[in-house]
Amino acid sequence: MTRFILRRLLSSIPVLFGIVIAVFVLARVIPSDPCKATLGERATKAVCDDFNRRNGLDRPIIVQLGRYMNNMLHGDFGRSFQVRRPITTLIAERLPVTVELSIAALLFAVVVGIPLGVIAARRRNSLIDAGTMIVANAGISVPVFVLGLVLQYVFAVMLKNTWLALPPSGRLSAGLIPKPFYAQWGLHQNGLLEFISNHTLLNGLLQWNWRVVVDAAEHLVLPAVAVGTIPLAIIARMTRSSLLDVLGHEYVRTSRAKGLSEFAVVRRHALRSALLPVVTVIGLSLGGLLGGAILTETVFGLTGVGKTLFDSITARDYGVVQGFSLIVGLAFVVVNLITDILYAVLDPRVRPS
Amino acid sequence: MSLDPGAETPAEIPHEAVTAAGAPQRSAASGGRGRDIWRSVLRSWSGRLGLVLAVFLVGVAVLAPVIAPYPPTKVLLDSSRNERKLEQPCVHLLGCDSGEVQHVMGLDENGRDEFSRVVYGTRLSLLAGAAAVILSVVVGTILGLISGFYGKWLDNVLMRIMDIILSFPSLLLAILIVTVLGKGLINSILAIAIVGVPTYARVVRAQVLSLKEQDFVTADVALGVPRGRILRHRIFPNTLTPLIVQSTLGFATAVLEIAGLGFLGLGVTPPTAEWGTMIAAARGLIFNSPHLVFFPGAMIFLNVIAFNLLGDALRDALDPRTAGRD
Repeated sequence: MTRFILRRLLSSIPVLFGIVIAVFVLARVIPSDPCKATLGERATKAVCDDFNRRNGLDRPIIVQLGRYMNNMLHGDFGRSFQVRRPITTLIAERLPVTVELSIAALLFAVVVGIPLGVIAARRRNSLIDAGTMIVANAGISVPVFVLGLVLQYVFAVMLKNTWLALPPSGRLSAGLIPKPFYAQWGLHQNGLLEFISNHTLLNGLLQWNWRVVVDAAEHLVLPAVAVGTIPLAIIARMTRSSLLDVLGHEYVRTSRAKGLSEFAVVRRHALRSALLPVVTVIGLSLGGLLGGAILTETVFGLTGVGKTLFDSITARDYGVVQGFSLIVGLAFVVVNLITDILYAVLDPRVRPS
Repeated sequence: MSLDPGAETPAEIPHEAVTAAGAPQRSAASGGRGRDIWRSVLRSWSGRLGLVLAVFLVGVAVLAPVIAPYPPTKVLLDSSRNERKLEQPCVHLLGCDSGEVQHVMGLDENGRDEFSRVVYGTRLSLLAGAAAVILSVVVGTILGLISGFYGKWLDNVLMRIMDIILSFPSLLLAILIVTVLGKGLINSILAIAIVGVPTYARVVRAQVLSLKEQDFVTADVALGVPRGRILRHRIFPNTLTPLIVQSTLGFATAVLEIAGLGFLGLGVTPPTAEWGTMIAAARGLIFNSPHLVFFPGAMIFLNVIAFNLLGDALRDALDPRTAGRD
């Protein structure tokens, strides 16, 4: 198993290099000048020459690429032109926003989607089945940003002042600024701790600050539902069709014949093999979640990976585009790897010997 | 790991193709079989609903000038009615005072008739989606045919490029391409077309690979038929069926992505009516005028669900093995 994981990790290195090079070149093909985009349209030639020299932009592309790769391998992603801060700091600050959102969305999709699919399959052709599938079909077709805006309207405007009211945007209520957990634990700040503490919900949990936890969770609900709806629909459909397939097999009939309860048949025998294709689908949609969060982050005023990438592309902030694209690429690779491992856990046949 | 759509529908056509080994292969979706497919699409409720919605949307798009009461970019506010900016929908049938001018979906933030804009938006959305899909299908099919039929290093190179495109979230890549090419409708269509190419290339390639081993193709090779001719007359017609399914589903995605780009401000230039751009403009007003978000949003939704349902029904009709499974 370890060798399998190692081999998969090694084989993804060329893909990552491919992404770095592709994005590097693509970013430099964007017409317009990073100097003018950063310092304003009226920046003089002398100022721009200086800007380009300081940022190494006057060198040939191949030299820039070589230098960039070398620095990157030493953990230095460069600085943002726009906010003049190290890109690694930006990543530590903004990646957690997207990670929290994606995990919450996926949790929602799995926890609701799989039971829905199971119920629909168990009562095939019933009203519940038809209803579930209509909802699933509708769920696949809703544009994320429309759903997000509608949710905001319903929960922050229509249900305002009821117990169902939810905050429409942001990560925490104004005025609530929790300390990072490591300060409370008496630890010294470092990049990793900073990264961990920027997961607002996790940060609240780690210092047992109930108010922060509740507030962060409340802010997470609407965006998570908006992002999670499409995967939920896909998961529900996949679970249903795959369970229907499995329920027709001999071994299911055997386990019924030996007198197992219907619940045990589904739970212990059918569902396990029915979940295989579902795992693949979950993996695929998680990759989509991480990148496709641009629209959701825009709607809900979250500065995550998607929003940062969008802003930096528009602002010609090369370093940020490159750094965050690499993160997205890395996320894809990791998600694929986890999917493959889960697959091997669920199905002994694909386990490498 | 990849979810190859082509793998779900391995050649089901060649079964009948084999029976007619020597006879020229015509397009699989023509004549009697075409009628069968339509009948089978219409048998499922989802197919019927999808078709009805699609016909409705195409009807709205074609008849836009007839249906829309005003030109989509005309500002209707004049000085005497200035205070009625951002008014709510006024429908006479629903109790709006008949002395008022009727605006079924209200006026938008610039005092233009929302209904007319939504109607004209249908036209733009369908045209843009169709253009993007046709472009991707043509390029994807050519690449898939070359890749699958000639194989070897060319196949390797082409498919690795497709992998790189696929390993990036499609909307993000589309944004990057639009930034390189410059904002605007044509460029966003191009971007969405490029992002869509790998899907079709893979579907066609998978189909070609399985067709290459079929008896009626090997027979042709043995008889010395030129490769180009085999490609055109034997292989290509048989890739059409999965392509039709894929492009119907792809159309739904394209419409969604065009609206997404519009929402991010990368689509059409402002006065033009486009759903995503309209929603972006009305976003700040959602607390007072949610209908300005709701109506274009509902249209995007209808558009996407119509072609998703239709695509699913077509897939079931063309590949009976998946029928009734979802």
